[in-house]
Amino acid sequence: MSEDLVNIEVDGIPLKAKKGTMLIRVTDEAGIRIPRFCYHDKLSVAANCRMCLVEVEKAPKPMPACATPVAEGMRVWTRSPKALAAQKATMEFLLINHPLDCPVCDQGGECELQDVSMGYGEGISRYSEAKRAVKDKDIGPLIATEMTRCIHCTRCVRFGEEIAGLRELGATGRGEFMEIGTFVEKSVTSELSGNVIDLCPVGALTAKPSRFTYRAWELVQHASVAPHDGVGSNIHLHTYNGRVMRVVPRHNEAVNETWISDRDRFSYTGLGAADRLTAPMIREGDQWVTTDWETALTRVVEGLRGQPAEACGALLSPQASVEELYLAQQWLRGLGVRNLDHRLRQSDFSDQDRAPLFPYLGDALEALEQTRACLLVGSEIRKDQPLAGHRLRKAALGGARVMAINPRQVPFNFPVAETVSADPRGMVLALAGVARAALERAGRTAPEGFKALLQAARTDETVRAMAQALAEGEGARVLLGVQAHAHPHFALLRALAGLVCETTGATLGYLPDGGNGAGAWLAGAVAHRGPAGESLDAAGQTPDQWLQPGLKGCLLLNVEPDMDCEDPARVMKALGSAAFVAALTPFAGEALKRVAHVLLPVATFAETSGTYVNVEGRWQSVAGAAQPPGETRPAWKVLRVLGNMSGLEGFEYLSSEEVRDALKDRLRAAGVEGFDTVYRHDGASLAVPEASRGLQRIGAVGPYGVDSLVRRAAPLQATQDAGAHALARIHPRQARSLGLEEGDQVEVRQEGLSARLPLALDEAIPEGCLWLPVGVAATRHLGRSHGAVELNKV
Amino acid sequence: MAGNPTQRKSDVLNAHVRAEIDDWLSRYPQDQRQSAVLGALRAVQHEHGHLTTELMDAVADYIGMPEIAVYEVASFYSMFELEPVGRHTISVCTNVSCMLRGADQILAHLEQRLGIRLGETTPDGRFFLKREEECLAACCGAPMMQVDHVYYEHLTPEKVDEILDSLE
Ligand code: SF4
Ligand code: FES
Ligand code: FES
Repeated sequence: MSEDLVNIEVDGIPLKAKKGTMLIRVTDEAGIRIPRFCYHDKLSVAANCRMCLVEVEKAPKPMPACATPVAEGMRVWTRSPKALAAQKATMEFLLINHPLDCPVCDQGGECELQDVSMGYGEGISRYSEAKRAVKDKDIGPLIATEMTRCIHCTRCVRFGEEIAGLRELGATGRGEFMEIGTFVEKSVTSELSGNVIDLCPVGALTAKPSRFTYRAWELVQHASVAPHDGVGSNIHLHTYNGRVMRVVPRHNEAVNETWISDRDRFSYTGLGAADRLTAPMIREGDQWVTTDWETALTRVVEGLRGQPAEACGALLSPQASVEELYLAQQWLRGLGVRNLDHRLRQSDFSDQDRAPLFPYLGDALEALEQTRACLLVGSEIRKDQPLAGHRLRKAALGGARVMAINPRQVPFNFPVAETVSADPRGMVLALAGVARAALERAGRTAPEGFKALLQAARTDETVRAMAQALAEGEGARVLLGVQAHAHPHFALLRALAGLVCETTGATLGYLPDGGNGAGAWLAGAVAHRGPAGESLDAAGQTPDQWLQPGLKGCLLLNVEPDMDCEDPARVMKALGSAAFVAALTPFAGEALKRVAHVLLPVATFAETSGTYVNVEGRWQSVAGAAQPPGETRPAWKVLRVLGNMSGLEGFEYLSSEEVRDALKDRLRAAGVEGFDTVYRHDGASLAVPEASRGLQRIGAVGPYGVDSLVRRAAPLQATQDAGAHALARIHPRQARSLGLEEGDQVEVRQEGLSARLPLALDEAIPEGCLWLPVGVAATRHLGRSHGAVELNKV
Repeated sequence: MAGNPTQRKSDVLNAHVRAEIDDWLSRYPQDQRQSAVLGALRAVQHEHGHLTTELMDAVADYIGMPEIAVYEVASFYSMFELEPVGRHTISVCTNVSCMLRGADQILAHLEQRLGIRLGETTPDGRFFLKREEECLAACCGAPMMQVDHVYYEHLTPEKVDEILDSLE
């Protein structure tokens, strides 16, 4: 170790650093500031801006600190006359073509060029000739461009290549005519694209939805956590007069590093949606009338009390905070309502008792980078949890074998090894094939209950290679993704994944949907277990059982029943016939207005305090940042009052922290110390899924359909990703056999229900299947997300 | 992902061009296919006269590199034409040696005779006067110009006329 360290001296200060480290890293760590534009901690070294020039002993010319590796005995001056002269000269060159109109630039006040020119620029420009002007590019709804301001640092280009894994931006032309852009008219489509806004040191790339609506120094910064996926990316909400004006990443190396997804960055644009609920409302006959909280809350308590508790249920959003979920289940169970759940998109609950207490990633997010083999099952990790996907990408670029068993071939932004795309039954048989191959390798026989499945398993080179990679790869893991959770045979996938892990030594991990999808288990937001996984006197039914005709009363916590649930047609029907439905919701969506009797306006994640437990089990508590509109109240307070009004004990909490601590106490009391995801099969016999006939519906929720807020974020809805997710997709051969063509308007029929949407031909879809988007308006009147469908041209 | 993926962007490249690109590819290591991009673009331009976005995308697809990376290369080198140009490309060197030996008059003469400005093509599609060509490394024969692949040196207006007349 020590021979790796070298002694250098910077501005007279002796420093030790690892040999070969770039000088700028060493000085940054020592708190010695060297100006820079093109250098970025997380990107490769380009050394093209020359702003970081410093004087190095014995070097004839100033050297760029970002591209000069340290060596023993090196002596450096960052502010000597020679260094300063070089830095000032660079500054002057950079400003030759840069507009000097900071007052009308969106970046003004938080611009690296502006800052550095304060230190190194001259008050007067010696350049009086014409400056070059560059035409702006339209690269989509999220990023505004003002390319005349670009200083060609190429951070955005390197970001695309190195982090997003999608080379979309480039530097075309040369010299005076070099321009940054996409060259052709094209939107940037990466799910991480917004990060170039932060990376761009000048005002060339800015946030389209928010630019020119504030000045950076007017904003108040609040630490928060994004609730849209299980990573729980750390963010800063920037507010002005109590309104969220924009969202930027908050550095947390262990969680999101320094990036956030576009979803986390722009979801705030939905906060002020036109249908935002600002006061409690009750339904009088066919009319919705605004009322006061007192009246509305009384209605809710009486309304639910008026129904037999066993015929009541509750749907709780997996985006809700731990506090909200804990209080909701506490209150509902206090009322005797046992049917409550956050597993809104799940359809197979048959093995829920075998689920771990906390179905989480099984490891730290950072550990994903170290994996040498990873099998994704039903996971489009790149779009579902973009920053977990980013970790996996790093592993793959380092040589890890990333494999997938998915309903469709999804484009990865890194090299992948074996992939299988198959219909639901085919996915099960492929995973069974991996299990079988793993057992054969280990010289073991099939455990009790698995015989039939393994008999029917797929046996080919692909599944054998998967088994081998998992058995041999260090830190191997099998991850059950969002689509596995929604899979019609989730139990089989879990059992087989468990068997594969047990046999190969891989770790099983869960990547459910929602910012709190794993945390909800701890809070007791499942039908069959209480908080901290405590067993219940009597378990409730699962949503597929109680969301049926005969439902009498229902509570919805930030759930839009036609968008957020498996089988929206059945859910809407059940709710429609219920005598009393109350919704705690930030938005008064059309579906809620149709089925609910009381709407209570509750705060979004940006407007109240709460805790989210991410997929690695990290508890992240945040404070409210924005002013909730109108009469809106934090949901946890509403639930506490409902508890009080129902005459229940234990609803005296004064802060959300107290609620959180109460749950933590329950965990401690239950003796829960640490978690694992080891699957233990109880020997129950697992049946082979029946082969299906006809065209099979498959599909999943898209990145911009995951929750009520994201669905209202107009800029996200205008992206290509959202557009691509509004189509029915089918294999070209299948389309031909049905006489259908790209772009045809088609009618999908499913068990007496129908929907119309445009068709796309897509080789990624297995033959025999029709991919339908979930969580979009076009399919909200349909039923189950799986099963037979018919397809006709309109 | 969308569209009809049974069709590939590289389909527009004909067998001849493919053979030429394959030849370039064979000269570089397997994992450095993009090294062949210059040769590939030259082959395509030779075949089609200039490089359209469609053709550049075809090259990107064939070699397996990002499209934008092909645009970067094609827009960087001045020998690649991204717009339709005339049959014969005339490049007059205007760098120091040639300038001192009267390149400006040569250029003025060309513009006058062809009735076009630098960067334009004659209406009959015969000649293309390429914009700003720098030292072509024939200083000892200054002033000089390059027409297609041939160098003409020690130019005078009369000599230029002769050369132009001799071209189709
Ligand atoms: S657009 Fe911004 S980030 Fe990209 S090269 Fe120009 S200055 Fe750098
Ligand atoms: S930061 Fe070193 S050259 Fe740009
Ligand atoms: S200056 Fe014209 S060829 Fe060198």
